[in-house]
Amino acid sequence: MTGAVNIFKKEFRGYFITPVAYIVISIFLVLTGWFFFSTFFLYGQADMRSFFSLLPLIFSFIIPAVTMRLFSEEFNTGSYELLFTMPVSGLDIITGKFTAAVAFVAVMVAPTFFYGIVISFIGDVDWGPVAGGYMGAILLGAAFSAIGLFASSLTRNQIIAFITGMSLCFVLTLIDKMLFFLPEGALNVFQYLGADFHFQNISRGIIDSRDILYFLSVCFVMLYGTSLVIQEKT
Amino acid sequence: MIRIENLTKYYGKSCAVDRIGFEIKKGEILGLLGPNGAGKTTTMRILTCYLRPTSGNITVKDFNIYDNPVEIKKLIGYLPESAPLYPDMLVYDYLRFVAGLREIEKSAVDLRIRELAGMCGINEVMHRPVSELSKGYKQRVGLAHAMMGDPEILVLDEPTSGLDPNQIVEIREIIKRIGKEKTVILSTHILSEAEATCDRIVIINNGRIVADGSTDELKREAGSDYVIHVSLMQGNFDDIKGYFRAIPEVTGATLANSEKGVTDFHLSCSGTKDVRPAIYEIIKNNNWPLLEFHRETRTLENIFRDLTREG
Repeated sequence: MTGAVNIFKKEFRGYFITPVAYIVISIFLVLTGWFFFSTFFLYGQADMRSFFSLLPLIFSFIIPAVTMRLFSEEFNTGSYELLFTMPVSGLDIITGKFTAAVAFVAVMVAPTFFYGIVISFIGDVDWGPVAGGYMGAILLGAAFSAIGLFASSLTRNQIIAFITGMSLCFVLTLIDKMLFFLPEGALNVFQYLGADFHFQNISRGIIDSRDILYFLSVCFVMLYGTSLVIQEKT
Repeated sequence: MIRIENLTKYYGKSCAVDRIGFEIKKGEILGLLGPNGAGKTTTMRILTCYLRPTSGNITVKDFNIYDNPVEIKKLIGYLPESAPLYPDMLVYDYLRFVAGLREIEKSAVDLRIRELAGMCGINEVMHRPVSELSKGYKQRVGLAHAMMGDPEILVLDEPTSGLDPNQIVEIREIIKRIGKEKTVILSTHILSEAEATCDRIVIINNGRIVADGSTDELKREAGSDYVIHVSLMQGNFDDIKGYFRAIPEVTGATLANSEKGVTDFHLSCSGTKDVRPAIYEIIKNNNWPLLEFHRETRTLENIFRDLTREG
């Protein structure tokens, strides 16, 4: 376990050593800020729903950019050989890297809480959906981080890792919207597979164990896939 | 200490290591020699639990690579070829990270880093990012990395490759110093290095062991034949040849070079008797101006070339 903690610390700090973190966070805040406030006054409602409804799409390309280097860079520079010959298990490595990515997502989303505070000056905010939204954001961020980590473990090229991760996240977000031509019964099944559907449930302030279970299963499946890929590489 | 049994590794269809087996005793400095692509690095990677073998087994103390990889990793400090360290990290941060993974107590970390920095001579680069280091410094940081947990076994893959002659001497000194207390396995294709640092040498070619022993043993096994080089200021080799062939120990005479009246030639000799006085006698009696005259002992280089030559 100490191995995982050490790798977490190293990876988390690693984000802030290079300018990557600052660039990604800036892009994220500018994008969400613009999309949110440009329509906010048209709705005339003091809630953050339009912010959260955009989150799955924005996460779909921001998070793969955050996770793309986690394994690809190690494969590319060869540092993976040093890491893997130190007394840590594959599980430690994956846990450390995954939690570092989730922590980074949390740091990235945290400043948006100011939106809520600003809105509360204008009108009465129902804090329930906001809290649910943030909880959902972390779960969604974790699921997408796991996907990104998996994509990163597949290749030594960061750009390929990014595109693979982004495609997977996009499909998961838009699967129910892409399949609108299917009969309703089939559509419901695919809806359950979509990340957006579960995320919107939580961000409405309804915390349903099914939604939580969905995100946790995505994490599990992707991290398990990562560990299989890693084992195969050695 | 370490036992390698029947180790085989295939990359796809190509065989990198073919049924290798040997043992390494505690406190030994073992040199793995071989041409490029012989399987040295693969063997080391399997030993350090980075790669899994296709078949065969390695046991370190009582642990084997299948059941207790983490235990083995704790015992081994490994420096891969060209020391692929994290380029963005500062040297100091990197060593702290390694200390954490090696489970060194927090209070002892700084002391240990300082100790290693002194030993490997990296004090002046502690606060520079790895990507800015020269190859020599990188290699030294890699060495500090390998020694961080004070492991019983050090595995060094071409530790002196790409270093300048001064640095090579320094690194060799460090290895020798460490080798007094620890088991060291190092790979190299520089033969003088193996001769200078190792107690025992294993030569690998095409994934197989072709020789195993101390340098003296290897030289002895290679036979008692030797060659004498002579260079004379005397035109015609055919005239000269006959005189030397008359000595019974000389089994052959071959012309190496003939230029501007200077004749270089080799005399192959066998047997234990030293034939040099007899050769000198001939030269003196004929009054040929002698330019060069020496006996070439079979160096490790010759042995190596004989053993690893194609075909």
